[in-house]
Amino acid sequence: MSLDKAAVARIAHLARIKVPDEELDHLAGELSRILDFVEQLGEVDTADVAPMASVAAQKLRRRPDEVTDGGYPEAVLKNGPETAEGYFAVPKVVE
Amino acid sequence: MSALTRMTMAEALKGLAAREFTAVELTEAHVRAVEAARPLNAFITETPDKALEMARASDARRARGEAGPMDGLPIAVKDLFCTRDVLTTAASHILDGFHPQYESSVTTNLWRDGAVMLGKVNLDEFAMGSANITSYYGDVVNPWSPGDAGAWERRLVPGGSSGGSAAAVAARCALGATGTDTGGSIRQPAAFAGIVGIKPTYGRCSRWGIVAFASSLDQAGPMTRTVRDSAIMLRSMAGFDPKDSTSVDMPVPDFEAALTGDVRGLRVGIPREYRVDGMPAEIEAMWQRGVEWLKAAGAEPVEISLPHTKYALPAYYIVAPAEASSNLARYDGVRYGLRVEGGNLKEMYENTRGAGFGKEVRRRILIGTYVLSAGYYDAYYLKAQKVRTRIKQDFDAAFTRCDVILTPTAPSGAFAIGEKMDDPIQMYLNDVFTVPVNLAGLPGMSLPAGLGADGLPLGLQLIGRPFDEETLFRVGGVLEEAAQFTATPPFMA
Repeated sequence: MSLDKAAVARIAHLARIKVPDEELDHLAGELSRILDFVEQLGEVDTADVAPMASVAAQKLRRRPDEVTDGGYPEAVLKNGPETAEGYFAVPKVVE
Repeated sequence: MSALTRMTMAEALKGLAAREFTAVELTEAHVRAVEAARPLNAFITETPDKALEMARASDARRARGEAGPMDGLPIAVKDLFCTRDVLTTAASHILDGFHPQYESSVTTNLWRDGAVMLGKVNLDEFAMGSANITSYYGDVVNPWSPGDAGAWERRLVPGGSSGGSAAAVAARCALGATGTDTGGSIRQPAAFAGIVGIKPTYGRCSRWGIVAFASSLDQAGPMTRTVRDSAIMLRSMAGFDPKDSTSVDMPVPDFEAALTGDVRGLRVGIPREYRVDGMPAEIEAMWQRGVEWLKAAGAEPVEISLPHTKYALPAYYIVAPAEASSNLARYDGVRYGLRVEGGNLKEMYENTRGAGFGKEVRRRILIGTYVLSAGYYDAYYLKAQKVRTRIKQDFDAAFTRCDVILTPTAPSGAFAIGEKMDDPIQMYLNDVFTVPVNLAGLPGMSLPAGLGADGLPLGLQLIGRPFDEETLFRVGGVLEEAAQFTATPPFMA
């Protein structure tokens, strides 16, 4: 599997990472080599094999639906790069 | 140098109990050692004031007769564990200035039992790496260097990602350190630094408050200088936590009690697939010595097969980046850390993440994004999850024929800073023996087995059944006794 420059730019956009244009070629080569390396999984017979998402028990624990935490907005906002009036602030989204 | 920094945890606990020294004296000696070890770049944040405050509280508890199982023991914390009001970076630029307002469950458990925090130790950025060369805060240097003991050179990597933890413990500036292990990040640096490290069974230690890398693989564990010390520290770190949905609700055994020295009749599996091409003869020889030691102690070696071993790394390099790309989506410049402004919200995201992530992290996020994207999900991600099942089935079958598995920890000893950097695949191959254990969720331990021809430590790995860390401690104790690993690195604080 070989990725070209345009494909890498598309993936970078999906991942919301700005990648300088001059780095795209090099990255395409690196990512292609990694994809070539994982291609060998095709050799494994996985017919009738269930995919494993995790070794943990798949059945999640339940608990009563009640508030167990919270009530400290200052702590929640403490690390926000920009906050205002009890909220995180971001650049304007709606024109 | 101070005799107080040369002790094991078990010896220090005895000395504290006998009032031979105080927690404050023990901590002061280690605070000085942390300063003396700065050439290793093992620490991102030193917390001497907090350490002394915790030590004073420990002495007060002991005076009241309320000392806990780790009371007064100074340790280092990998900077992937959130620590309340103490800078937590994951060794990434993108977490600039992050001061968590909560404490991870594992460190909460350690402080509950009386441990003292010396500071936050360096790691590969977001724990992605096998050499501790991807940290925004610079490379960590191994306190070991090749050649005759005595002359230290700033030359080798400590392994990764828990490289700062390994360097700090080996250089005698902490009695132990927390590590995390997603594909070998506790065991491989432990092997490279000549110390003991254990990755417990998935679910044994809470992941709550640990910066997430690949959630289905991440586990926290101790890194110490002896098997007994790892038993002491794991007992404090482990335990059920309702805040982690994958935390397992079962009692934590007294791991120290498992150190019986008796392995008679135990069946030790030797997987033939771990004899990989190009593995140095001295690693093969060390592995064979390990087998002989266990045989001499009455255990029975059994040849086993783990046929899908070679597919573990490619499966890992789909599963781990996929989970990482999802986990690291949270770093968007809104709630914590770095923000780089842009013309609109989307540009702000892209600028922040473009500037905030290092090259290895970026590479993995991109791979993860790709294998999860529409049209490729089944071919890559689903296929890797199925191969993961195969790998787990290999271990299940093997454990019907043996009680524990013995392998080398890594296919080489520590390598030079700058080596294996041009080709990511070469770096990834370093984890060939450790990655399958994470995929199968099993416990694994690395312990020092001897020195190679160049005078560098080499590690042996033990792999156990789920939640059977006790057998690892039992066998590890016997191997440790037989190996008599007393060598020390040329750089000690």
